[in-house]
Amino acid sequence: MSQITTNGDLTTSDGRPLKAALAAAQFRAKRRAFFLVAPLLLFIIVSFILPIGQMLHRSVFHDGFAANAPDVKAWFAVNPDGTAPDEAAYAALAQDFKAMKADKTAGIAGTRVNYTLPETRSLITATARVADDLAPPYKDAFLALNPKWGDAAVWQAMRSASSAYTADFYLISTDRERAADGTIQKVPENTRIYIYLFVKTFLLSAVITVICFFLAFPVAHLLATLPTARANLMMILVLLPFWTSLLVRTTSWIVLLQGQGVVNDVLIALGIVGDDGRLKMMYNQAGTIIVMTHVLLPFMILPLYSVMKTIPPSYARAARSLGATSWTTFRRIYLPQTLPGIGAGALLVFILAVGYYITPALVGGADGQLISNFIDFHMDKSNWSLAAALSAMLLGGVLVLYWLYDRLVGIDNLKLG
Amino acid sequence: MVAVSSTDAFVVFDHVQKSYDGTSLVVKDLNLAIGKGEFLTMLGPSGSGKTTCLMMLAGFETATNGEITLDGRPINQVPPHKRGIGMVFQNYALFPHMTVGENLSFPLEVRGMGKSDREAKVKRALDMVQMYAFINRRPSQLSGGQQQRIALARALVFDPKLVLMDEPLGALDKQLREHMQFEIKHLHESLGITVVYVTHDQGEALTMSDRVAVFNDGRIQQLAPPSDLYERPDNSFVAGFIGENNKLHGTLEDVSGGRATVRLTTGELIDATAVNVSTKGQSTLVSIRPERVEYKPELLPAGAHTIDAEVLEFIYMGDMFRTRLRVAGSDDFVIKSRNTLGQRMLAPGEKIKIGWAPQDARALDPQ
Repeated sequence: MSQITTNGDLTTSDGRPLKAALAAAQFRAKRRAFFLVAPLLLFIIVSFILPIGQMLHRSVFHDGFAANAPDVKAWFAVNPDGTAPDEAAYAALAQDFKAMKADKTAGIAGTRVNYTLPETRSLITATARVADDLAPPYKDAFLALNPKWGDAAVWQAMRSASSAYTADFYLISTDRERAADGTIQKVPENTRIYIYLFVKTFLLSAVITVICFFLAFPVAHLLATLPTARANLMMILVLLPFWTSLLVRTTSWIVLLQGQGVVNDVLIALGIVGDDGRLKMMYNQAGTIIVMTHVLLPFMILPLYSVMKTIPPSYARAARSLGATSWTTFRRIYLPQTLPGIGAGALLVFILAVGYYITPALVGGADGQLISNFIDFHMDKSNWSLAAALSAMLLGGVLVLYWLYDRLVGIDNLKLG
Repeated sequence: MVAVSSTDAFVVFDHVQKSYDGTSLVVKDLNLAIGKGEFLTMLGPSGSGKTTCLMMLAGFETATNGEITLDGRPINQVPPHKRGIGMVFQNYALFPHMTVGENLSFPLEVRGMGKSDREAKVKRALDMVQMYAFINRRPSQLSGGQQQRIALARALVFDPKLVLMDEPLGALDKQLREHMQFEIKHLHESLGITVVYVTHDQGEALTMSDRVAVFNDGRIQQLAPPSDLYERPDNSFVAGFIGENNKLHGTLEDVSGGRATVRLTTGELIDATAVNVSTKGQSTLVSIRPERVEYKPELLPAGAHTIDAEVLEFIYMGDMFRTRLRVAGSDDFVIKSRNTLGQRMLAPGEKIKIGWAPQDARALDPQ
């Protein structure tokens, strides 16, 4: 028996609040459930959330200069943006260079400034090497050493690098830089690469997704309508690529499609193209598209299949009996019902394609490279912060797409299998 | 209702055969004529070929041999969407991504009908099943019974002359099913359409139909109005399939003018009507409905044979009593008696004599 107390809450027959009693009754079950998922939770935190957090942190954090140039950092702090460096600034810089020489940290400090303004690393390391010879008046001493020390752009770069937290890497990722007066501007046309790369990555991924859809739809439909025994055999064929190494699959495409490859040889043997007209299907965008379509096809087929499997044939029959032609039946009845599968497959293929690395690296040549290849390039060069910023932008782009998908189709409609 | 000759029939199956695998026939030589405005039910166990027949009529399966004509026109080569046949499916098949209104509007749209005409027709069809208030709902927001009505309205909205129903009430609970049976029957009567109805529920078949075609093993076992089917089954399959039935094995002792005397395997003599047995000494299966068995001698016709029975079990069912007897060595002979004023309750162990009017016992093939 439950009673209602004066404030309207229900209580149990012995007077405890009903909500507390319910929580107590469910406590054991909840604790057991928590212990069951705890290992996975721990694993995800350690192997997924922490690294991604680390990466996002790195994309805005680099203390190579800030930690090793405390005096000039202090000068930047009291003098606002655009102030011309005075004798005090040069004195502080000289002090920092002496410390850098002693601690052997000029390299890392120079690297950081170099990210913001190229060709400044050597300026800093060279100066640090002779830091002990620097004597007042410091301004003249610096300028005598290298006239670049009077350049406002160098001071702007140091100002920017003197803060450990910086948006510089995002500026670089969007082909922008700080002008000498601190304003943000686009880099010269011939050095803009990242925006173009992002656009190319997203466009190529979209093309691959569309090709995958057109190839996968009939296959998934066939799979869903064949008798079980034959459908299983076909499913094995669909899954077969998963059982072979990605490297092997990619290499076999190279064997097929390269200039002296099987396809070209067959075309020449058939007289379709001449020996000097061999098609270039490898080490360019075409290669990337062909091989990535093949690699990602199962990720489109499987969600489509799982949705189509649940559409009873009676819908199509009903539409036919109501007078619809087979095309109208497909367009108005069947296709709309496969939307959750199309959405899931497209999202899956697109997201995988946007972040794909190995295939474009192997078959992309010069113009088939995607953004992930440049992320890898910067990691090789130890510019982790820029790699992290590029990755974070990629992640942001995917999240925006996900959000758009949710607004347009509804994430509840997603069906992955 | 009189049998329909193939000249004035609306739907004719002419020597239709169907095989899926080329080695066995699912439908074996089907000949059936369905009259205009008739409510014909195809009844049979699963795998008997009834649904295949319906699918051939709708155009989703092609006849392997033979011809189906609709309103005098052969339709074997006509695709389903040009047949103009309304169809109600077992799982309703309402399009889940469309509202009720869009579902009903669909067949009118594909026929190129204008918007105002469509709206008028949809409203009329929904009013017919008292569902107009639900026009903007999605099928998933409706109960089974409501979905059933919408499916019915959709099959009727484009004024088909023929409506096919494939076990449309199978998914409903008993009470709703019985209610819908009457509703479908009334719609059929008021619209004058021809209905071909497939079911494995004999109660449904008997309640709704003008005629019932009982299917088994790819053949029509009997085609008759419900009362004939129940009271005068042609063979032991129909007798066993329709309603409850007592079976007694024996041999024909004497036949004269349809009236037969049968000697049971245990030696007793009983009365029966010879149906598809005719020669003396032939073995036979006598089928008697439980409610036609009488145990009060004064109610039996003069000269009727009686046999001994022992009461094994007495079940009180409210409006009926159901008594299980041991008769001629078998333990599953059942009689049903109405719970009328002064009706006696038999006690287990009691010895009684039972008998029946000869026309109620049918001597059939022994199967």
